[in-house]
Amino acid sequence: MSLQYHSQSVAKLYFFGAILLFIIQIAFGLIIGLQYIIGDFLFPDLPFNIGRMVHTNALIFWIFLGFMGTAYYIVPEEADTELATPWLAYVIFWLFFLTAAATLAGYVLMPYAQLAAITKNDLLPTMGREFLEQPTIVKISIAALLSAFCLQIWTTIVKGRKTGINVAIFIGLASTTLLFFIAFYNPTNLILDKFYRWWIIHLWFEGTWELVLTAILAFVLLKTTGTSREYIEKWLYLIAAMIFITGIIGIGHHYYWIGAPIYWHWWGSVFAALESIPLFMMIVFTFNTIYHRHHDHPNQVSMLWLIGTVIMTFIGGIWGFIHTLPAINYYVHGTQITSAYTHLALYGSYAIINLAMISYSMPILRGYEANSERAQILEMWSFWLMTIAMSFIAIFVTIAGVLQVYMQRYTDTPESFMAVQERIVFFYWLRELAGIIFVIGILTYIISFFIGRNRHHDHHDNHYHNQVHNEHAHHEHNQHY
Amino acid sequence: MIKKSNRNWSQGLFYGGSVFFLTIFAAMAFDTVLSIERRGHIGISGLQPKLIQTIAKGKAVWEQNNCNGCHTLLGEGALFASELSPLYQRYDGNVEMIKAIIKNRPGNSMQGSRSMPQFNFTEQELDAVIEFLKYSAEITTAKWPPHQEG
Repeated sequence: MSLQYHSQSVAKLYFFGAILLFIIQIAFGLIIGLQYIIGDFLFPDLPFNIGRMVHTNALIFWIFLGFMGTAYYIVPEEADTELATPWLAYVIFWLFFLTAAATLAGYVLMPYAQLAAITKNDLLPTMGREFLEQPTIVKISIAALLSAFCLQIWTTIVKGRKTGINVAIFIGLASTTLLFFIAFYNPTNLILDKFYRWWIIHLWFEGTWELVLTAILAFVLLKTTGTSREYIEKWLYLIAAMIFITGIIGIGHHYYWIGAPIYWHWWGSVFAALESIPLFMMIVFTFNTIYHRHHDHPNQVSMLWLIGTVIMTFIGGIWGFIHTLPAINYYVHGTQITSAYTHLALYGSYAIINLAMISYSMPILRGYEANSERAQILEMWSFWLMTIAMSFIAIFVTIAGVLQVYMQRYTDTPESFMAVQERIVFFYWLRELAGIIFVIGILTYIISFFIGRNRHHDHHDNHYHNQVHNEHAHHEHNQHY
Repeated sequence: MIKKSNRNWSQGLFYGGSVFFLTIFAAMAFDTVLSIERRGHIGISGLQPKLIQTIAKGKAVWEQNNCNGCHTLLGEGALFASELSPLYQRYDGNVEMIKAIIKNRPGNSMQGSRSMPQFNFTEQELDAVIEFLKYSAEITTAKWPPHQEG
């Protein structure tokens, strides 16, 4: 099987770039995890804050590369047309990748204050805020490249067939881009600074990125199960509706302790509770669609990633909800509990939805329907290794967090931050061990690219083609949805 | 091709719901911004212009050294080092002591333990960042943090 449109092939470049940054992210995760235990590991050459910045910024960069590659793959196929100005996608990739590489190198190679001075942060100070640490010039580059990307996607969509999947992926990515522009506003008033920063971070993680995730879910399910587009897109719109209905005001759960009015305690709690509705709908949608599939797709492992995504996203949502009510959040805010949740949610949603998309599309980008059974089984191993490792990271860090909350805040005789950190170091050891398992998982994942490149059994392919060849023909059979 | 009939109401819910809740959010955000200014935080009555300048400079020092990459401030940021909004209270307002600690880092900190790097701050930078942290502690935060240890 080959690509429907030649211009889709640029996605491969984006996916390789994404995987490379993913590896860098994990490598630095391991380093800073060790610094939690051996405080002076690599000190002062690589202070903790630098390693952490590489860890979190590499994540943001690779998720963006993954989403962009995804859009370049999905949009032409959905719009039934070649990408508009295909060369632009290559230019955007290299500029974006260079921006990311230069940023991460800048963090590692010099003190942050020097980076701020060299990049003239004083002219428009935007640096030094969590997840928005990039120098202002980098932010300008990201904003420009994302805008060019959105325009290109838009041009492609309007010249072709308009589908719900394309609309959702465009709204998701365009609003992600628009929100990023808020990063250029950095008021001295700390409350306002924090107030607006969440418009980016929260509305990405619990809004616009979630919409892109759902669009990818819908696309891969449409392609692999032979279910009718009508059914898929009805669910897509419903889930998307619930994401924005609950997620926008759900931002209130970040406004409890920053000096915002007290009514956010109520609005934040109620809507944060409702935020699990779309996550649950994703599970129902995915399981129903797969259960009622019209054929078995030879790419089994991509199904595993998809199911993994919706389940881990839901569990991440639960982790988020259990510490979000103000009475609880008062004690756990800004402790390891936050870290446990962030790891679970960001891996469980945005890392593995990208890996699901790569898993589905990469064989096709390389010219086959699906990878050999051997490669798929190895990739399944990598899924389980990474997912179980990350689950244990979340569990160990949660235990560390509960202990921290008790000793540092809840007890009658609170201890100092550092004293408590020394007491819970055992759980940081366990977390680091789970991190090593995660690394084994990611290595397994890489290896799965290099074995069994031969196409999946021919008879299986033919069987599949007979069934799936025409989406529209199937449409008639699916009226019962 | 694509049947619209069945998709319409879910599509309507998506656009309608999003616009409706965005509108509510916009109204609440507007009220929040007004109320923050009403309550006299930076830029308003309580603070003298000179102090505001110092706080602004302190915030720049805070940001340009990525302090948030190890410390939390009002509970946000990295979890490697202590919460800094109650710093001033934690040292009973002893600014000289806070400055001495920052200046002498990493000093002879124990092998294997965490230490703040040496940032070579000037006196003014130190004064400014401490003033900024003091200001952060004065924000009405619904009594957070629970304890001055953070």
